[in-house]
Amino acid sequence: MRPSSALLVGLVRLLVGAYPRWLGCGPEEVQRIYFANHTSHIDTLAIWAALPRGLRRHTRPVAARDYWGRGGLKSYIALKGLNAVLIERARTEQRGDPLEPLYAALAAGDSLIIFPEGTRGAEALPGPFRSGLFHLGSRFPAVQLVPVYLENLHRAMPKGISLPIPLTCTVRFGAPLPRATGEDKAAFLERARGAVVALA
Amino acid sequence: MTPMAKFQWLMGGIVALLALSSAIGWVLERRATTPAKRDVVANLRARVRSWWVMVAIFAVAFLLGKGATLVLFAFASFFALREFITLTPTRRGDHKPLFLAFFVLIPAQYLLIGWDRYGVFTIFIPVYAFLLLPAFAALDDDPDEFLSRSAKIQWAVMITVYCISHAPALMLLDIPGYEGQNALLVFYLVLVVQLSDVMQYVFGKLFGRRKIAPRVSPSKTVEGFLGGLASAALIGAAMWWITPFTPLQALGMSAIVVLMGFLGGLTLSAVKRSLGAKDWGVMIEGHGGMLDRMDSVSFAAPVFFHLTRYFFAG
Repeated sequence: MRPSSALLVGLVRLLVGAYPRWLGCGPEEVQRIYFANHTSHIDTLAIWAALPRGLRRHTRPVAARDYWGRGGLKSYIALKGLNAVLIERARTEQRGDPLEPLYAALAAGDSLIIFPEGTRGAEALPGPFRSGLFHLGSRFPAVQLVPVYLENLHRAMPKGISLPIPLTCTVRFGAPLPRATGEDKAAFLERARGAVVALA
Repeated sequence: MTPMAKFQWLMGGIVALLALSSAIGWVLERRATTPAKRDVVANLRARVRSWWVMVAIFAVAFLLGKGATLVLFAFASFFALREFITLTPTRRGDHKPLFLAFFVLIPAQYLLIGWDRYGVFTIFIPVYAFLLLPAFAALDDDPDEFLSRSAKIQWAVMITVYCISHAPALMLLDIPGYEGQNALLVFYLVLVVQLSDVMQYVFGKLFGRRKIAPRVSPSKTVEGFLGGLASAALIGAAMWWITPFTPLQALGMSAIVVLMGFLGGLTLSAVKRSLGAKDWGVMIEGHGGMLDRMDSVSFAAPVFFHLTRYFFAG
């Protein structure tokens, strides 16, 4: 493991514990998309720290380029520590499909960590999901879609606050989302959101 | 005997005791027949395993000296406060005081002990933190539940930082004829408190019938308390040679430590249940959280510290 990554995991555990709870599946070496509620800047790190070391090697968090890609410490953490996949959030900068880097990562066999709300919410429970998860899921039907609920992190580092306070957080992994044929986008996204909410 | 020789004898005794406990757990596991009994034995064995780890950490800190012991207790405070705040329904407006508590109050309190500032260390949290924590919260302009939110944070800081810090604070006392041995007194306090917890648990499991306050703490019984009090006080008296006390004084000090520890366990159990939890956390296998282990220390340490200071410090 890279030293920067080990240091990050240690810091995250000291701050928020990030205790894993494998409720619906185990920490297995299969290709997955972990999708979670998004309430703070520590979310990515918490899921990352909750994964066993072997899985971390092949699991890449998806991060917004406008926040994590601007250089400095944040970029260093995202790129060197977490091996993140950066994507464009702002529509004006788009050229082609913004999900293209994610397709490439999945095609290369990596697992992903994504936050389908697209932005951080103020509440513990997630808001409506954006369509990225649907597109990823339909293009890669063999990849497991694992819902994740992050408890308490909205209290550790609420939106608009730049320094976290220590709180014990559990990271709950649910059962992989069953695939339904012929399901439309809205129904799928609502079902996926429901799977995260069910872990709360 | 030099302090180091005393420490080695002490560790020898503790290791022997733990080895015996591990052996008993091993035998009991083979005799447990019903699932309920197996659960009790599994928990017992987990507790003993955690004790080995805790004793090892504590012993290493002792050998590394005063600074390491202070850092160890600072981390104990940190994790205990983290558990307390996790169970407390805090709001966004509590962020500033909580940040202050974790990252300013904890280091400051232990640095004051390290710098031998008795006068500041005893009033820093009860005066300055008491006033400034709610003041910082008020700046965030959220009057909802303000008093109860402030009170919970003040309580959390008093118990987890102020009270617990009195255990390593024993190192700043000047006790005539006991120079250079104060770290042993920290060890003594923690040992008597923890032994009394263990003995109350053992006597309670074996003979416990009359519950003291079943809604607050279902496992505390009159028989467990009396058995724990008698056995821990006697062991405390028998270990007078690592303290500045005579055997009789050690008996009295231990009895007070056990009594305070019992009240601490009971009171913090009530606090924990009023926050809707059974355990403070999951850090220590078999025991629950840091505060499940430190609850009795938090009540015993300040009283032990002040009694030692009044009657034995120069």
